[in-house]
Amino acid sequence: MAERVIDVRGLHKAYGDVEAVRGIDIHVDRGEVFALLGPNGAGKTTTVEILEGYRERTAGEVSVLGRDPARGGGELKRRIGIVLQSTGVDPYLTVRETIDLYAGYYPSPRNVDEVIDLVGLAEKRNTRVKKLSGGQQRRLDVAIALAGDPELLFLDEPTTGFDPNARRNAWEIVKNLTGIGKTIFLTTHFMDEAQFLATRAAVITKGTIVAEGTPGTLGGRDHMQTRIRFKVPEGQPSPPELGGAGSLPDGSLEIRTDNATKVVHDLTAWALERGFVFDILEVSQPSLEDVYIALTGGEAGTA
Amino acid sequence: MSAAAQAVRQLRFTNKAFWRNPASAFFTFAFPLMFLVIFTALLGGGQIQLPNVPRFELDLTTYYVGAMATFGVISACFTNIAIQTSFSRDQGLLKRLRGTPLPAWAYLLARVVHAMAVGALLVLITLLFGLIVYDAALPTGTPLLEFIVTFLVGSLTFASLALALTSVIPNAEAAPPIVNATILPLLFLSGIFIPLDKDAPAWISTVADVFPVKHFADAMRSGYLGNVRAQTPLGPIHPFTFDWTDVLIVAAWGLVGLVLAARFFSWEPRR
Repeated sequence: MAERVIDVRGLHKAYGDVEAVRGIDIHVDRGEVFALLGPNGAGKTTTVEILEGYRERTAGEVSVLGRDPARGGGELKRRIGIVLQSTGVDPYLTVRETIDLYAGYYPSPRNVDEVIDLVGLAEKRNTRVKKLSGGQQRRLDVAIALAGDPELLFLDEPTTGFDPNARRNAWEIVKNLTGIGKTIFLTTHFMDEAQFLATRAAVITKGTIVAEGTPGTLGGRDHMQTRIRFKVPEGQPSPPELGGAGSLPDGSLEIRTDNATKVVHDLTAWALERGFVFDILEVSQPSLEDVYIALTGGEAGTA
Repeated sequence: MSAAAQAVRQLRFTNKAFWRNPASAFFTFAFPLMFLVIFTALLGGGQIQLPNVPRFELDLTTYYVGAMATFGVISACFTNIAIQTSFSRDQGLLKRLRGTPLPAWAYLLARVVHAMAVGALLVLITLLFGLIVYDAALPTGTPLLEFIVTFLVGSLTFASLALALTSVIPNAEAAPPIVNATILPLLFLSGIFIPLDKDAPAWISTVADVFPVKHFADAMRSGYLGNVRAQTPLGPIHPFTFDWTDVLIVAAWGLVGLVLAARFFSWEPRR
């Protein structure tokens, strides 16, 4: 059996009368990339900050690397790396000096130059932090979290505010980390991020976990109907009865079906018989975002 | 690495970052000298008779050299620490550090020791400037030792009060006005900027006596001028006598600051 790195049972957290987390269970095994998904205010950051040791819980059992993070102290902090949502560093130190400073806090740090290469800041090695762009500073955040060679890495919304290219780069960095055996606990409200990175995900909304599984099966996604969208060229008649075809604003038709193999076969057979090609032919599984919006009541992507 | 070695290493990085901002470093050191020159030019052409030093007329220029050395220590250890710590907290730097194995005290100690070193350098610059420009002699012997002890106790006290004060500063933007509103009235009431002679209103010294600034300034001045001799009909005397009560009162304030800081200091942005 895989080694359990994070084990959370019945976690509650109340701020005064407000219950931010209402009894959740989470477990993460070594080598996994676990994504906690949810809209803002759902309890993601509260949960991750309890795991990191920043907050005390109201009730429940929490174990991180075999220790209680509320009492883990330096012993636990030596083995984890944390990328918070927004944190500063001294603007007058260079990239290399900054990573070197943080590496020195740990008993067996990674090689500083290796870390710089890993996050793609090699060209900025001797640049002062204040001269870095926002995306570069975020990569520096990741580099600092990696400096102590942690077994477990917490990433709290690591790509919020990134442009699409920067986000792709960040994902590659995280993928590289899983290649070297790190366990990653990620929070995000970007579904494509979870889809790309996570081996397992859970959706939290209003302090409760409403679904948990691999990105492919989350919320029964693997059992949902396949969507087939197609557009017949002008001058061609409507297709034969295919059951429940609805028409979309752009003139294409959409079918939802449990048996996509047969429907696609019938459709293409009909088109070949008539001697035309579809203007559009698209077969898609429901996206993680579709599932997420259904689960969270349409609160997705409010940044 | 031992925790003490961690603190020393942290101090090295703090110092490196400090000198990387030359504008800030320059004005940190120029500020008290600027004030020294301005105050002596405006108000320094004469002598003052201090209420606790009867029958002795002190050159105002010499008075200001001592006062600005005191002001330099308070700037470095109170004003600067309170403002810088509020900024670091708002940026999330303190929160990030809390997620690392670095002991909290090692970080704070490095910051305080650096401020004390800046304060010591400021005192040295001010006294040398006073010696060269205003012919104000440097202390030697026992008064020098008393001066150094006062400096150490005072700088630690103002640093711990600064750390305590950050717990009522809501955000970085509010730090400079809150810090100035706290310290400027005391600097005036304690005769740092405008000397309070024997004719000054009594209530001012009553109020100032409660707080640490005046006791710190008095002890710094007594140490600084401890070698001064005056002729009296009964023979030569040392008019400035060092009073350890002043140092003890300053130290008591430092302990209060330390307790409050330990209880209320916040590592996370407070907004």
